[in-house]
Order: sequence, then C-alpha cells, then structure tokens
Amino acid sequence: MEVGQMQRRLIEYTKSLFMEGILDDQFLQLQQLQDESNPDFVVEVVSLFFQDAEKLLNDITRALDLQSVDFPKVDAHVHQLKGSSASVGAQRVKNGCIAFRNFCEEQNVDGSLRCLQQIKQEYYHVKNKLEALFRLEQQIVAAGGSVPMMELSF
Amino acid sequence: MNQSNCKGSMSTASSSTNWKANDVVPDQFPAGLRVLVVDDDPTCLVILEKMLRTCLYEVTKCNRAEVALSMLRENKNGFDIVISDVHMPDMDGFKLLEHIGLEMDLPVIMMSADDGKQVVMKGVTHGACDYLIKPVRIEALKNIWQHVVRKKKNEWKDLEQSGSVEEGDRQQKLSEDVDYSSSANEGNWKNSKKRKDEEEETEDRDDTSTLKKPRVVWSVELHQQFVAAVNQLGIDKAVPKKILELMNVPGLTRENVASHLQKYRLYLRRLSGVSQHQGMNNSFMSPQDATFGAMSSLNGLDLQTLSVTGQLPAQSLATLQAAGLGRSTTKSSIPMPLVDQRNLFSFENPKLRFGEGQQQQMSSNKPMNLLHGIPTTMEPKQLASLHQSAQSIGSMNMQVNTHGGQGSSLLMQMAQPQSRGQILNESTSSHVPRLPSSIGQPIMTNGIAGGVIGRNGIGDNSRGTGYNQVPPSSSMLSFPMNHTTELAGNSFPLGSTPGISNVTSKGSFQEEGNSEMKGSAGFPPSYDIFNDLQQHQHKSHDWELQNVGLHFDASQNANPIQGNLDVSPSVLVHQGYSSSQRSGQNRNASAVGRAMFSGVECVEQGNMQNFSPHLNNLLVDNSVRVKAETIPDANCQTTLFTEHFGQDDLMSALLKQQQGGIGTAETDFDLDGYSMDNIPV
Repeated sequence: MEVGQMQRRLIEYTKSLFMEGILDDQFLQLQQLQDESNPDFVVEVVSLFFQDAEKLLNDITRALDLQSVDFPKVDAHVHQLKGSSASVGAQRVKNGCIAFRNFCEEQNVDGSLRCLQQIKQEYYHVKNKLEALFRLEQQIVAAGGSVPMMELSF
Repeated sequence: MNQSNCKGSMSTASSSTNWKANDVVPDQFPAGLRVLVVDDDPTCLVILEKMLRTCLYEVTKCNRAEVALSMLRENKNGFDIVISDVHMPDMDGFKLLEHIGLEMDLPVIMMSADDGKQVVMKGVTHGACDYLIKPVRIEALKNIWQHVVRKKKNEWKDLEQSGSVEEGDRQQKLSEDVDYSSSANEGNWKNSKKRKDEEEETEDRDDTSTLKKPRVVWSVELHQQFVAAVNQLGIDKAVPKKILELMNVPGLTRENVASHLQKYRLYLRRLSGVSQHQGMNNSFMSPQDATFGAMSSLNGLDLQTLSVTGQLPAQSLATLQAAGLGRSTTKSSIPMPLVDQRNLFSFENPKLRFGEGQQQQMSSNKPMNLLHGIPTTMEPKQLASLHQSAQSIGSMNMQVNTHGGQGSSLLMQMAQPQSRGQILNESTSSHVPRLPSSIGQPIMTNGIAGGVIGRNGIGDNSRGTGYNQVPPSSSMLSFPMNHTTELAGNSFPLGSTPGISNVTSKGSFQEEGNSEMKGSAGFPPSYDIFNDLQQHQHKSHDWELQNVGLHFDASQNANPIQGNLDVSPSVLVHQGYSSSQRSGQNRNASAVGRAMFSGVECVEQGNMQNFSPHLNNLLVDNSVRVKAETIPDANCQTTLFTEHFGQDDLMSALLKQQQGGIGTAETDFDLDGYSMDNIPV
C-alpha cells in the first residue's frame, strides 16, 4: 500500500474512533502536543496509561475479591483510573469509571463487579484500537511518509 | 547590603520584571515561570509536564507530596507556583495546600478529576487560588501566571500599607540573614515605595533566588513561636504588633506577621467551621439562581417551581419544562440542571435521532446547548434555548438537587462558563450520574422523562445546534448509560428517551416544518438555529454524525424536545399529529408513544423497533405518565441498548443506522412519518 493510501486509512480509522466515542477530544490535545522534539509523545503517554490502567484494574479486581470490600480504597483506584483515562481521551473507560463510582458509593459489590467487567472490556477495546492506530502510523513512517495530523473537523 | 539589594530586586508587582531570581527578562514573562507539579498519576504528570513546557514554563514534576514539600522547603524561592492533585496516596492534596500556604505562601492550584461541588469548595476554603478539572487542557494552563502576579500584587499592597512605620526598624533588622527573607520584604517594601515614586525596576536580588517579592518563609519553629504568641495574647487580642513583639524575631516585620495571621485565622476558621461551609453550599443555590436568572433568559418558572415544590412530580416537571422551554426568561439556575439533563438527553437524542433528530433539533435549539454543558461557544440564541430547556430540565434537576442536595449547585457550576469545556463536560457528566444516585432514580427519571418528553419536541433541535459546538462526545457519552443503575436513572431516560424523544420530536418537527418548531413555543431565537438545522437536515445530520461521540446525538435530541415543551405538551401533540403525514405520525396523534414508535421504526428502519415498545409506553402517558413510565421504559430501553451496546456502542450503532438510513436519504431525517413532536410532556 502506498503512503497516501495508508495516510487516508489512518485518518479514516482515527475518525471512526472518535465517532464511536472511543476517543474524545483530549486525545487530540495529546496529538497536538507532539512535535519534532517529542515525536513519540503520544505513544509514550499512552503506554504509560496502559501500564497504569492495568495495574489499577488488577488492584480493583483484587480489592473487590476480598471478603469485606474496602470501598473507599476501590473508589480511590477508580478515581485515579478515571483521571488518567480522561487525560488520554479514553472516553468510554472514563465513563465506565464514573458509573463505577456510584456503585462504590452505594457499596454495591455486584454492581461494582459488573461495572468492572464493563470497564475492562472498554479498556481492552481502546487498547486494541490504539495499538492498531500506532501500527498504522509506524507503517506510514516506515514507508517514508509523515503521520497526518488529525483535525476535529467532523 | 540587603537593603540596597532589595531595592534593586523588587520588581514584582508593577512590572513583570524579574520574575525569577534567575533574572528572566521581564518581557519574556510569563515564560520561565517555575512550576512544581505534584500528582501521583504518572500519565497525568507526563501530560501536564509537556503542556507546561509548551507554555514555556519551567517544570519540575513530582509524584509524592512529601517529596514536593521537602523540595519546596529546601529551595524556598525556587518555585513560583504549585499545581497539585487532590487525591494522593501519601498525603491529601489539601493538606499539602495548607502547608505550602503557611510555610511558603506560594499560589497553589488544585486539580482533580473530581468536580464535585464539595471538593471544589474545599479547595476554596483551603486557600487554593484555582481549581482545575481533569482532563486539564493546555488552555487552562496558559494563564496560571495570573495567580502569581495577583499574589504578588496583594503582598505588595500589604507591605506598603503596613510598612511605613516600621521601615526604619526593619532596616536595622534587615542586616541579618534570616530564615525568612525579611530583608527581602523590606527590600520589597522599599522597592515598592521607590517604585511608586521612581518606577524603579529592580533586577536582581542577590540573596533571594526569586524575587518577586521577598517572602518570609515560615519555618516550623517560627510558626510555633507565632502560635505561642497568639495563644498567649488570646486569639481575639492577637494583633500583629503585639505578636511581633512577643515573638521578638529579628527581621520579622509587622506585615509578615499580619499576613500570616490572616492565613492562620482562615485556617482556624476552616477547622472549626466546616459546617459553615456546608451552609454556604445552600446559599450557593440562591445566589446562583439569582445570578442565573439575571443572566440567562431561562424560564424562572422551572426553577421556582422546583424550589417550591422541591420535588417536582412528573407532571409538574412536564409543565415546567414546557414553561421553561416556552419561556426565555433567564433563570440561570435552571440552565444548570438542564445542562445535566441535557446531557442526559443528549444521550437519548442521539438515539432517537436517527431520523428525527433533525427535526427535533430544531425545536430544541435553544436549550440544547446549555444542556450539553459543552463549553462550546454557546450562541446567545442557543444559550437562550438551552436555558429554556435547561429550565425545564433544571427544574427537574432542581428537584433532584433537593434530593441530592447537590444537583443544583453542581449544575450551576456546570452552567458556568469557566473552563466550560472541562467543567461542563465533567460536571454534567459527572453530575448527572451523581444526581440520580443521590436522589434516587425516580426523581431523575421523572426529571429526565419530563425532560425527555419535552425534549422530544423541543429540546432535540436546539440541542443539535448547541452540541455541534461543544465537545459533545464527552458530555454525552459521559453518561454511562449502560452502567450502574443509578446512572440508569439518569441514563436510562436518556437512552430511552432519546429514542423516543427523537422519534417524537422528529416526527412533529418534520411535519411542522420549521414553522412548527418555532411555533411550538416561545422558543428562543435559537429556533433559527434549528430551523436552519432542519433545513439542512443533511447537514445537521452530518453534523451530528460528525460530532464526536454522542455529542451530536444528544444535542439534537435534547433540543427538539425542549422546544416542544415550551409550547405545551398538548400543543406539541397537536403539532405532531397534524403534521404527521407519515403513517407513523398519524398514529402518533392518538398515541404519541405509538407515533413515536412508528415514526421511529420508519426512520430507523426497524432499529427503532426496540424503542417502540418503550416509546409507546412513554408516549401513551403523555407528560405525567410518560415520565413515570419513562423510567421503566428507560430501563427497558437501556436494556435494549445495553443488550446491544454500551451507550457508546449504541451511539455508534445509531450512527451507523443513521448513516445507513440517512446517508442516502436525507428525508429520513425529516421524519415525515414521525410525529415526534407530539410527545406529550
């Protein structure tokens, strides 16, 4: 596939992620922060997010698994996940966290577990999508092209 | 000696010279501002650092509060401003804030993904000079230098005011190098005086690394001495002069003591008067209302009604909504709730929209914008409409608030333009779900239902326009429709209603055409927007589709409904009925709900069918019942949605459907068949 084609594909793909609500405007902010001095900024930040999120999800899973669930602690984890997912633009994960916090307030274990499942799904979903996106970008760069800047024109 | 040095360095206040000890050229200010960022979240920390660097600030990042504090203590004048997260594992952000305020007196900005009113209030009472909601945008960071300037300016004023008498004394005291750069103070003071007279600009101060204003650093011992002196004198009798004498610390000026005393008093008040703050919360509502009323042209009715009734029964909600929609009176308070609701609606709308959205959008033009709370530049018209719709919604929210006790205030916050993007999105999204939880679903649903109903006709349209501007996806999607039951309350209605509302509103709108939209009620000028939308259904549709996430959906939905509300449910119904030319519509006349479904079905090409059952329920009831039923319907619908997708998924599904259906045939949007407007509210 030639560079132009790949670039178009990338744009369409990115657009679709926005349309579907998987990513939000914050992701664009990150892309705009990337420049020559920091060409891999987005990838780096997103990788940090993945690491952090997975750790948090594990912590939450373990915390909910206890006989007596420490909800404030779970809430703190979820709050952090909410903050970091919001910061990278992982909209659905963020929304899931918002919902999750309500269950925590009510100390509802079942609801929390279900919500956790949902958040995990959303998380893996966005992770796959972003990894695919980055692969596309890599291909373009490898072929000698430059990664087109996404604009929220739609 | 110091004095001479001081003279030279005081540049702060008046001029932005010497922002830093390093001697940044004044012209470059605020470039080079030294910022310390504290956050335990590594992702956020890296992003903030990059953003601040882009603003040309000098950034130091830190992920532990303790470490940050020791950094600040070691390098007393090494930083100009601190940005700290609220929730940190090793130390509470507010505690850090207190320490910094007492010891170093640096401006501190709090930051959190939590936008709850209580938390923000805490920030205020603890002395934070600003509060940012995550995700933080670079625009919000560009202006943080103002806090540094402001603080210096105030300090200067203090110095100047209190300095004259002691100047002589101070000079003598200055000779030593004390822990707290009292000499700096003196220098500052002198400089300021000089500055005033001669407009001298000092460039550097040798001893202090920074210099904007020499700061007295209140070390622990010094503070203890201070507290001892205050206790000895008795808090009531503790005046700076006496405290100074008792402390007998060379180099300490009366001003230093005075400002420190002020902070100490605030700190004590905060400790003992936490309840006061709570009380304040309540008061917020009123002032806010007042302001809003003045500001927005929301229907006061809704708010008032809400406040009066406390809990608005479904019916009243409907009425309110209608009233709200119809009216363009400004009720700021309303908009707030509306915003939330709108968000709710927005969710719903998107779904409904498939065919109808456009029409709906038209009517609701106005309110929609508000609801979304999207910071996008709300055009006055849209704003007006939003208000209206917001009002109705607001009323609903109000109720919720009363229940939850937070809603209104939260909403209020949302409505407020400040960092709209963030806050609004955050607030609405976060608030909405919160509200319901606190209040309980029923209320919300009612509210929502009411809102939804109204929206169908009116809200959607307005929203459509409004949303476009706002970063819709975030606000709309923020409602985790699929999740939590609580949210369900909120979300469900949204989910369900949107479908319904969309259907209904669309139907009605389409038939009625632009005129109807306008006719439906005293929609505020925003109608124009919607009308345009209608006319450009394609466009709006595209527009909707284009908008990220739910955003577009919601907006459309919300407005139309809103619009209708104004008119009054019955009127809307008529509109819907009469105009409905499609088969579906005709049916709508009789049973709004039914019509909706049919319309929906038509438009959705079967997708809506899922909605129909729900819609029917909703429609049948008309206003009151609809509301009541919306809840269950909402649930059903939500289930429907959830079954298939999460909200987001739903949205995308809808989008796809829309795209499928609409893409080619714009007429779908027109929803000739839908007499959505009729949705009884």
